[in-house]
Amino acid sequence: MGLMKTSESFITTKIDDMIGWARKNSLWPMPMGISCCAIEMMSFAGPRYDCARFGSEAFRFSPRQSDLMIVAGTVTYKMSHVVRKIYDQMPDPKWVIAMGACTSSGGMYRVYSVVQGIDLFIPVDVYVAGCPPRPDNLINGLIQIQKKIARGEKPGQSEKVYIQDPS
Amino acid sequence: MKNPDNRKKSIYKILLEFMKEKLLNKLNTHFKDSIESVNEFRNELTVFIKKNDIVKVCQFLRDDDELRFDSLRDVCGADQNKTGDRYEVIYNLYSLKNKFRLRLKVRIEEENPHVPSVTSVWPTADFEERETYDMFGIIFEGHPDLRRVYMPEEFEYHPLRKDFPLMGIPGSLPLPRK
Ligand code: SF4
Repeated sequence: MGLMKTSESFITTKIDDMIGWARKNSLWPMPMGISCCAIEMMSFAGPRYDCARFGSEAFRFSPRQSDLMIVAGTVTYKMSHVVRKIYDQMPDPKWVIAMGACTSSGGMYRVYSVVQGIDLFIPVDVYVAGCPPRPDNLINGLIQIQKKIARGEKPGQSEKVYIQDPS
Repeated sequence: MKNPDNRKKSIYKILLEFMKEKLLNKLNTHFKDSIESVNEFRNELTVFIKKNDIVKVCQFLRDDDELRFDSLRDVCGADQNKTGDRYEVIYNLYSLKNKFRLRLKVRIEEENPHVPSVTSVWPTADFEERETYDMFGIIFEGHPDLRRVYMPEEFEYHPLRKDFPLMGIPGSLPLPRK
């Protein structure tokens, strides 16, 4: 953020930077937990990994109050319409994390019923690898989203971030 | 080497020997013509039944005081991938009284995949028969509401048939617009 200190009690900044700073530190995730990855997403929110440290502890089960969708699980063709509908109901600007192998690429389910990657029907900003990804890696994904917001990028249009599994 | 005959008999073996005689005696007296074959594998008993007699046999197995197969644990299908009797419908029964499992099988021709529904005997067969219809396209006659369970209503194929490609048929399942 372009901060400039002029005297002891004033700072100047751009309004966009100010809003971006507020947004990035109060991401409200929509937990789109569809299968096993959702368990790791819960521990990401729980006290041990504690995503509240990054300002996104307010999981909203209503898409209308959230601005980050964490898609955690195997998305089947039948479910894809629901995911899309929920994504459509979220207010702009909205960000998407594809958590886990299934969500990013279909994972081990190379079958007729599973969508081979949710980027076939919604724009994704960050892909987190792993089956399931470790919660700390999901925190890394969250931080990448925060960096994107801080840089003033547009959701769904900026360069994709692919997070490797460190283990 | 140990002599396999000297191994301790498992409880399942004892139960099987005990139930098999009783069961087959009863079935043979009442439904001699309905039984195609009997097969025993790893202490599990499988009886092949003629297609049109399945409801009759099931009703008997459920209501007989000694056998009491009161629980239908599963109905599923199988595609044997051969001409003629291509499909099978498999009924796994359980008798809570005797703690004994029995498997009934019905062979179904490829050209005419119809079989009578056993929902009149065990209402729980409802969803399981719908699943079998969904996956194999086997039509259960007399089923109260034979719709798909897993796949969307407008889907045209039956995915567990052996001739269905693993990755599906492109375009058969629509994605939302991007
Ligand atoms: S990536 Fe692994 S853990 Fe995550 S939903 Fe798929 S199978 Fe489950």
